[in-house]
Amino acid sequence: MTQFRLGRLSAALAVVALVFAGCAQQGTAGPTTGPSEAGATPLPGTGKTVNIAINPWVGYEANAAVVAYILEEKLGYTVVKKNLAEQVSWEGFPTGEVDVILENWGHDDLKAKYIDTDKTAQSAGELGVTGIIGWYVPAWMKEEYPDIDDWQNLNKYADLFKTSESGDKGQLLDGDPSYVTNDVALVKNLELNFEVVVGGSEAALITSFQQATTQKTPLLAYFYDPQWAWAQPPLVDEPLVRIKLPEYTAGCDADPEAVACDYPPYILDKIVSTTFATEGGAAYELIKNFKWTNLDQSTVSELIANQGMTAEDAGKKWVDEHEAIWQAWMP
Amino acid sequence: MTAGTLALRGRRAVALSPRTTWLALGAMSVALYLVFRDQWILPHERDTAVFQAFNAARDNIDEVKRTVPPVSLVLDAIRGTTDWLYTTILGILVGLGWPAVIALSTFLGYAAGGWRTGLLALSGLGVLGALDLWDPSMKTLAVTLAAVLVSVAIGVPLGILVAKSNRARAVITPILDVLQIMPQYAYFIPFVVLFGIGAASAVIVTFVYSMPAAIRITALGIRGVPAASVEAAESLGSTAGQVLRKVELPLARKTIGLAVNQTIMLALSMVVITVVIDGPGLGENIIKAIQVLNVGAIFDAGLAIVIMAIILDRVTEQASLRLDSRSGAGRAGAARRRLPRRLVLGGLALASLGAIGLSAIAPTWAGTVPEEFASLTFREPVNDLVDWIQANLYFLTIGLKDAVTAGVISPIEKVLRSSPFWLVIAIGGAMAAMLSGLRAAVITVVALAGIVGLQLWDHSMVTLASVLVATAITLGIGALIGILAASSDAVSRAVRPFLDAAQTLPAFVYLLPALVLFSPSRFTAIVAAVIFAVPPVVRLVETGIRLVPETLIEAGRASGATRLQLLRKIQLPVARPALLLATNQGIIMVLGMVVLGGLVGGGALGFDVVSGFAQRRDFGLGLAAGISMVLLGIALDRISQGAGRRRLEDLGERAAKVQVHATP
Repeated sequence: MTQFRLGRLSAALAVVALVFAGCAQQGTAGPTTGPSEAGATPLPGTGKTVNIAINPWVGYEANAAVVAYILEEKLGYTVVKKNLAEQVSWEGFPTGEVDVILENWGHDDLKAKYIDTDKTAQSAGELGVTGIIGWYVPAWMKEEYPDIDDWQNLNKYADLFKTSESGDKGQLLDGDPSYVTNDVALVKNLELNFEVVVGGSEAALITSFQQATTQKTPLLAYFYDPQWAWAQPPLVDEPLVRIKLPEYTAGCDADPEAVACDYPPYILDKIVSTTFATEGGAAYELIKNFKWTNLDQSTVSELIANQGMTAEDAGKKWVDEHEAIWQAWMP
Repeated sequence: MTAGTLALRGRRAVALSPRTTWLALGAMSVALYLVFRDQWILPHERDTAVFQAFNAARDNIDEVKRTVPPVSLVLDAIRGTTDWLYTTILGILVGLGWPAVIALSTFLGYAAGGWRTGLLALSGLGVLGALDLWDPSMKTLAVTLAAVLVSVAIGVPLGILVAKSNRARAVITPILDVLQIMPQYAYFIPFVVLFGIGAASAVIVTFVYSMPAAIRITALGIRGVPAASVEAAESLGSTAGQVLRKVELPLARKTIGLAVNQTIMLALSMVVITVVIDGPGLGENIIKAIQVLNVGAIFDAGLAIVIMAIILDRVTEQASLRLDSRSGAGRAGAARRRLPRRLVLGGLALASLGAIGLSAIAPTWAGTVPEEFASLTFREPVNDLVDWIQANLYFLTIGLKDAVTAGVISPIEKVLRSSPFWLVIAIGGAMAAMLSGLRAAVITVVALAGIVGLQLWDHSMVTLASVLVATAITLGIGALIGILAASSDAVSRAVRPFLDAAQTLPAFVYLLPALVLFSPSRFTAIVAAVIFAVPPVVRLVETGIRLVPETLIEAGRASGATRLQLLRKIQLPVARPALLLATNQGIIMVLGMVVLGGLVGGGALGFDVVSGFAQRRDFGLGLAAGISMVLLGIALDRISQGAGRRRLEDLGERAAKVQVHATP
């Protein structure tokens, strides 16, 4: 008997809850307070919503923090941030899931498919930030072995870099598979007695360099700049040293199998979906004009990575303090 | 390919003297290895015809989606419906606001399982709010509920069908086998191709991942209904539909309740990982924390997931037990819940209504947890601890890693990679024949040959070496803890929360600590896999030993056996089927972690899958690696399943796990 009533009571309560929830939801469904970011994906650019892909590194988030803050607070848009890997972000262009990629590192294969063939995406100009990719060792190694930062001397030191993963050869540690890398070809073509070991993630690279710096253990690894870890201890006090590879000349990396030269400086750019470019209005204009420097970006990255600020707060702080810069981007 | 054959029953293991046969097999393998070493090996190639064919297939699908309207229409409709379901559920949770969600959950918890469960819901949800993780938690919950709704709506009827029709079982069981062996990450690639990214895809992937449990356990429940009850109903002239509704479903209620429980737990473990395809919720917090190496923030989010899992687990578990008691099994304690219970229920109901009213009146206030309250965090102590470990234990852990790698992992890997591929296949087949019967042997050989066909033999051998080492460590640790827990209730109780936590935490939570301790390496990947795989092994070992009939042990004691002798001569031999099952489960769980291992230096197949997800041109490689992993899993599963487990498997593989789970 009790249980029977219990069942009824639960049912009644559930119904009441649903009704009230409906009411409450209607009450809150205003333009700013509703569960907007949870809402269904609107058509790109037609509404007042901008879908920004957030690729998984802090520098990228810094770009998005500032752009999103201006879009929301200064231009009245709703911004939906989507945490996605680079490749997956591009896949969002044709479906309208993604309107904008703010920091694109090369990716000629994706450009060929989405921009040239499918015409679902297009470039929105340079970001202003230059990306550097290279091989690095911890600072103490340069002090101990002054000539280690030239690739021609790497074989001499190969034994130092041996690990459980690289066998008889020295280890060259690589990171996330989505990154641009020629390392396997480089090792082969420069006849280095090294083995490329795949760390598998950005976290693997950063922890390894931090450990190598504090514990004074040898490490040779792929790394890049801008990267927030440069601004945090221990790397901020003992910055990594870049290995000189044979100089980059235009076209020397054309054949991925035959590469024997350094990575080029990457002129990072912004990519938008074609629909957004035509229908994005003021938001598109802002994003097209958005251009800042490595230093600007690191300032915001530092706030997020080291001072524990949320992206929103960091974006607001930078925008409040740098009106002159962002006013120039306004449509 | 092997779809039809997988489900059929195997025959008994070959009936030779086992010891002689094993010795002969061993001697022959060594001899063949020594003669043919380094011949017929298949080195890895970066680009092969198979990978290119997969890439082309993907481009074709893209093309079809773009140019054939009906296809995109159907896909969009599925997407749209799923998205609507998710948005609606989230809308209700958000609309209710935190006070009403907490009050209602407490009410439901109390109604299902008494004051303990009610209190658990109340305090657990309170902690979610205090951790300042309310919003992401609700998103995670919404994806979970949406996926579970679909899983149950489709899975339970399918389960009934599987129980009733042998033909349906022959078709569905092998599909479930494959789905279950498929690592979580491998699900994403095909679904992103079909449905793109976002919440809808997250719900769909989660639903597909969790549905097999609903099907299997429902089938188990229906089949478990005593034949006598069914016959009695039939003899009274009931139609098939009546038998189902009046006899089978009511009697299988408890098991179906457990099916829902397991579906929820599996769904929750998937939801967090869907962040890689832009799934909403707590996964985002974890990914963000991993990017800035903030182990403390990962800990907070991980804690929130564990809390949510425990609440959902206990509430649904208690509710299904209650269903059982209602169906007439009758539990003691009916007397206890009389007047006070009704009073409390009424009070909680009123409180819930009040809270809902509050949300209607003050939606903004009920929408966000007040800042003063949302100030609980374990970031600092956890980060301090990590820093300390990083600074002081590094050489110890690196030493361990180097020793195990040089002493165990590398030698095994070397032997596997330098063996002729046909020798490895033949040994696998022979072992399957001896342990699990001829049919298992055929399947093993076909699966391993499939890997050769996919041109990923070398990477599969590297992965196999890690899987073998990880499984050995898992079984060692799992058996030790399991035996201890079986012999002492205190140990058992002490261990349970850790098992729960380790089992519910999404695996990538401990990737970062493992990286900090061991630097990127195969050993690091193995450590992560061991943590993930130990809990079910402990549970199976413990239950296996505990289920040994008391009379046997009494007899042993009477004849003066010591405790160790009891264990060795009676408990372990009698628990042998459970131990075999534990081995099998351990292997499958370890294999499930291979992909994640690719993120911390595991390399080989795991890294290939991650690459396939990250780079368009590696899609074919990634897909081939995903399939290879499934084939490797099928082979290892067949080798280790043992002849004795056939009956169990007919009922549903995970069933054993469920029952363990439900054992208090």
